[in-house]
Amino acid sequence: MTEHTILRVVAKLTIPFILLFALYVQFHGEYGPGGGFQAGVIFAAGIILYTLIFGLDEARRVIPPWAVRALISGGVLIYAGTGVACMLLGGDFLDYNVLAHKPAHGQHLGIILVELGVGVTVTGGMIGIFFVFAGRGRRRQGTVG
Amino acid sequence: MDNLMIEALTLALLTLLAVTGLAIARLRNLFAAAMLTGLFSLLSASVFMALDAVDVAFTEASVGAGITTVLMLGALALTRGREKTVTKMRTAQALVVTGVTGAALVYATLDMPHFGQPDTPVQQHPLRAHYLEASEKEIHIPNAVTSVLASYRGYDTLGEVTVIFTAGIGVFVLLGTARRRRR
Repeated sequence: MTEHTILRVVAKLTIPFILLFALYVQFHGEYGPGGGFQAGVIFAAGIILYTLIFGLDEARRVIPPWAVRALISGGVLIYAGTGVACMLLGGDFLDYNVLAHKPAHGQHLGIILVELGVGVTVTGGMIGIFFVFAGRGRRRQGTVG
Repeated sequence: MDNLMIEALTLALLTLLAVTGLAIARLRNLFAAAMLTGLFSLLSASVFMALDAVDVAFTEASVGAGITTVLMLGALALTRGREKTVTKMRTAQALVVTGVTGAALVYATLDMPHFGQPDTPVQQHPLRAHYLEASEKEIHIPNAVTSVLASYRGYDTLGEVTVIFTAGIGVFVLLGTARRRRR
């Protein structure tokens, strides 16, 4: 799709806003609708749009396979790590009250951290699944043609 | 008046949902069918919106209408664009199976409480009141959905994240790196 100038220009203009909106949904989830899951999906949608316009190779240069694997497992580690940190600080697993001096602040910090974990894993999962699907099609075309 | 408008809107959306569903079932062009599943998700998101379930609507719009449609199209690129024609016999069999399943589902919904009925376990369970009233005091964030998902029910959400992790790793193992190494 390298020759579609309008598509490329429009995509280049919109992708930053999609990614920014994902971050807004991620960090505004306590106040409005949304949270880590939706934010991860929107962020991945931005990357998928990039892949559709600029091709899989270009996208794999931006986010290499090892990064996808790091994202997908890193999110779970952030989430579970927050729980373990609560235990180390003397609370129960995922009991955020102990994370800061005031329980309410601890709750805020804990929720931001676990939502970040959700967002990171969902981003990695969605991008990874799409990359695998897209890569499979290309390889098969290669063998046929 | 407002309630009546919401009712009319929900009814219109549900009608559109049914029409889209029938169209998907009848279409032989798989590309059009995949696009219509995206439309179906967007309509479902609108229904959730009309029912005041904003977070669910958000998820449905982004996952159902966005990612799933793209993945459907990606899967479609690996196969043919048109559905294979099947014999009348198989169509009849499929109709019986879907008919029985659909009837069972409709029968199950008869046991469900009406929308907004106040005396259901969900509405009367003491935890519900606690979550809605105490989340402002205990967690200090206005969105009770987030405080339930991330704090009160943190274990469940950890489980969900693990499910996504497992699904992703499973797809990688089945279709991704492992396959490339074998070749």
